[in-house]
Amino acid sequence: MLSLREVSVRYDGSPALTDVSLDLPDGQVLAVLGPSGSGKSTLLRAVAGLEQSTGTIAWDDRDLTGVPTHKRGFALMFQDGQLFGHLTVAANVGYPLRLRHVPRPRRRERVAELLALVGLAGYERRLPGTLSGGERQRVALARALAVEPRLLLLDEPLSALDAGLRGRLAADLRAILVAAGTTALLVTHDQEEAYAVADRLAVVRAGRLVQEGPVAQVWQRPADPETALFLGYARVLEGAPAAAVLAAAGVGHAGPATVAVRRSALVLAEDGPLSGVVVQARATPDQVRLVVDVDGVGEMDAVAGSAAHPGPGEKVRLRADQDRLSILS
Amino acid sequence: MERRHLPLGGRLRGPVTLLALAAVPVAVLAVFFVLPVVGMVGRGFRPEGHWDVGGVLDVLARPQVHRVLWFTVWTSTAATAVTLVLGLPAAYVLHRLTVPLRRVVRAALLVPFVLPTVVVGVAFRQLFTGPLAWLHVDGTPWAILAGLVFFNAAVVVRAVGAAWESLDPRPGEAAAALGASPGTVFRTVTLPALRPAIVGAGSVVFLFCATSFGVVLTLGGLRYASVETEIYLLTTNLLDLQGAAALSLLQLLVVVALLLIGARSRPMRTSTQRAPARPRRPRRGDLPQLAVTVLLLAFVALPLATLLIGSLQVDGHWSLANYRALDSTGSHQALLEPATTALNLSLRIAVDATLLALTLGLLVALSVTRRARTRGERRLRGILDALFMLPLGVSAVTLGFGFLVTLDRPPLDLRDSPWLVPIAQALVALPLVVRTLVPALLGIDDRQRQAAASLGAGPWRAVLVVDVPVLWRPLLASAGFAFAASLGEFGATSFLARDENATLPVVIYRLLGHPGAMNYGMALAASCVLAATTAVVMLVVERLRVPSLGVL
Repeated sequence: MLSLREVSVRYDGSPALTDVSLDLPDGQVLAVLGPSGSGKSTLLRAVAGLEQSTGTIAWDDRDLTGVPTHKRGFALMFQDGQLFGHLTVAANVGYPLRLRHVPRPRRRERVAELLALVGLAGYERRLPGTLSGGERQRVALARALAVEPRLLLLDEPLSALDAGLRGRLAADLRAILVAAGTTALLVTHDQEEAYAVADRLAVVRAGRLVQEGPVAQVWQRPADPETALFLGYARVLEGAPAAAVLAAAGVGHAGPATVAVRRSALVLAEDGPLSGVVVQARATPDQVRLVVDVDGVGEMDAVAGSAAHPGPGEKVRLRADQDRLSILS
Repeated sequence: MERRHLPLGGRLRGPVTLLALAAVPVAVLAVFFVLPVVGMVGRGFRPEGHWDVGGVLDVLARPQVHRVLWFTVWTSTAATAVTLVLGLPAAYVLHRLTVPLRRVVRAALLVPFVLPTVVVGVAFRQLFTGPLAWLHVDGTPWAILAGLVFFNAAVVVRAVGAAWESLDPRPGEAAAALGASPGTVFRTVTLPALRPAIVGAGSVVFLFCATSFGVVLTLGGLRYASVETEIYLLTTNLLDLQGAAALSLLQLLVVVALLLIGARSRPMRTSTQRAPARPRRPRRGDLPQLAVTVLLLAFVALPLATLLIGSLQVDGHWSLANYRALDSTGSHQALLEPATTALNLSLRIAVDATLLALTLGLLVALSVTRRARTRGERRLRGILDALFMLPLGVSAVTLGFGFLVTLDRPPLDLRDSPWLVPIAQALVALPLVVRTLVPALLGIDDRQRQAAASLGAGPWRAVLVVDVPVLWRPLLASAGFAFAASLGEFGATSFLARDENATLPVVIYRLLGHPGAMNYGMALAASCVLAATTAVVMLVVERLRVPSLGVL
């Protein structure tokens, strides 16, 4: 189990990471989610031993302070793979095995196994320069797994890839991690990637850990308005608009509430409790996305089935879906 | 529409533009480099007006030539090896660690490189006959070896250091995260990445060692001769032009071969780097490297300190008399003009040579960095690039003597022209200028110019916006290099400068050749003045923070 207690990192005197404490149980995948510059990569590098940090980083209650990177038994996979360009794919994947003096026949066997695991069987003799971005990431993953690391550290492993590939590889990554039973710490700014790969979610902002927990829990109960917006909620409401939306959703709440609303929380419905005027309408393949000036609430995002075609200026009625909003306080 | 506004020849295309840009430097090189060298070598091949190739080949069979050749090869190899052994750790310490006075130390290590070779010789003589006399190395090949290492350490520190500094730290970190110890990371990741820079620096150092003139002449005397000093002796003392031509030709071939190796191993520019390495604080594991750096620093400082102390002493007492004597002509009529006049002249010549070298160098750099669109154009560009490196390795003696024998009759009678010396020095400094400007120009992403063009900037406007801000520092830095190189140039100048208007390095050499304690003291003082001047110029260059000599 990885445990961090009040870990801080400073770059040239300015804090990059402040008092981060968290635990990662064996076999789980934790995604550290945060905007760029939030300090999430710094957290990863501190765990890897590449940054000087204060506080305690421990593995199974053994303090790792002063243990150099290469003796921590953690494997780190970089955003762009960082394959060694002068070595073949097989030599790259076999690199950590060679360091551990694994005999050559066993090494060859293991490399073939790992390449098969990441779906690149037969790529042994290729050079990294001849691979596509996705293939390079797969090789980097195989190389990291070759260590049989106690903990796998992944720094934005899919960010360098295009959207379609990212989706597929994220599912593959999840399957590979589960199959290998690897404990992993993943850093990303992309919540989709985090949802697809991780069991747990930690949100970092401005160098501080804002929230940590199982993915579903964090997703349903963001800690504060900024976290909600970062996690993909469209708007955060307070006061009377919040009360109006809650009432429309049929949720009882005593006193003033802060409510985070997803884009699809308001749905066009002829008998809906809310009324408003369409400001903007845009058709997408699945649904029509609307911006509606809702009476008593203000401008809100809403959706309609693709059969409906409300135009700007049209009066519409809306219902609120309680699964798609979150009461922050 | 596309490419309409690409600056500097982008709209004219093909080899024609390349040649147009390079026309002036090529013409200058042809007249003032190829012609003299060919003329000089030609004299050896046609001693009495008819070809005598056999006679030249016979020279190569002489035992003395074999001795000289062997001496050159082994001293250069040994000096290169020692320079690398001392230079690599220092490059690491000075470019990857935050050590106090890093910039000052870097500049200090650069001083020997531009120090006049004569001064280096004097300093080591002073060291090995003074404080280190107990080593009994004065007049032995070891003294020459020490001088060569002293002279070239900066090349390794600079070239490898710059490569090391721009090395992406992440592959190394990835290897560490896979379980590689620091030593293994260095062996399996860092070293392969640095190999081009190391091979490049090594071949350049070998080149400098093999063609070193002043150091071998002042430290080796008549007992030890390298190819370069042998050419000098054959030409001036024995008037054996055939022998000199044969050796010059041999040297030229070796130089071309080395330049080809250097060009092949020149580091590829990969500007995709996203995480620049921040220098880190030294750890205990860095102690050996720190120790070597201190050793190197002491090795560089010791001769200079001895030189300074020697210049401040007369008959064992502290005195400024040596410096005061600089405005005299020395004892026994050693000089025709006072040394201060020579300094004055040196400075003026250096300014002329610098301007010349800068103009030519800029044209060369612009033409060899232009984007080549066809293979033929690329090849032409490669040839030009190599051509302008030639003065780096061709015997300055051959060049100087070639000037005298080819530029002495109409239409080009320059024997009495005040431009003769500046032109020769500019040619010697040209490779330095080109090698400083080329990386800077290569570093400019062509898309920046395209972006400027797409925003409506005309060709010259785009140059002003994109190239000039990037280029002015390297330009100033290369001006510094050219100035320092010209100030210390000895090989060619010793042929071309006449007695009544000698430059300071020539004056120092003459003072050393004349008996008398006063003359020797004056030589020491003049050496200090010259060293201080170049040191100041180098400090200014270092302040400009240009990764100079990066891909020499």
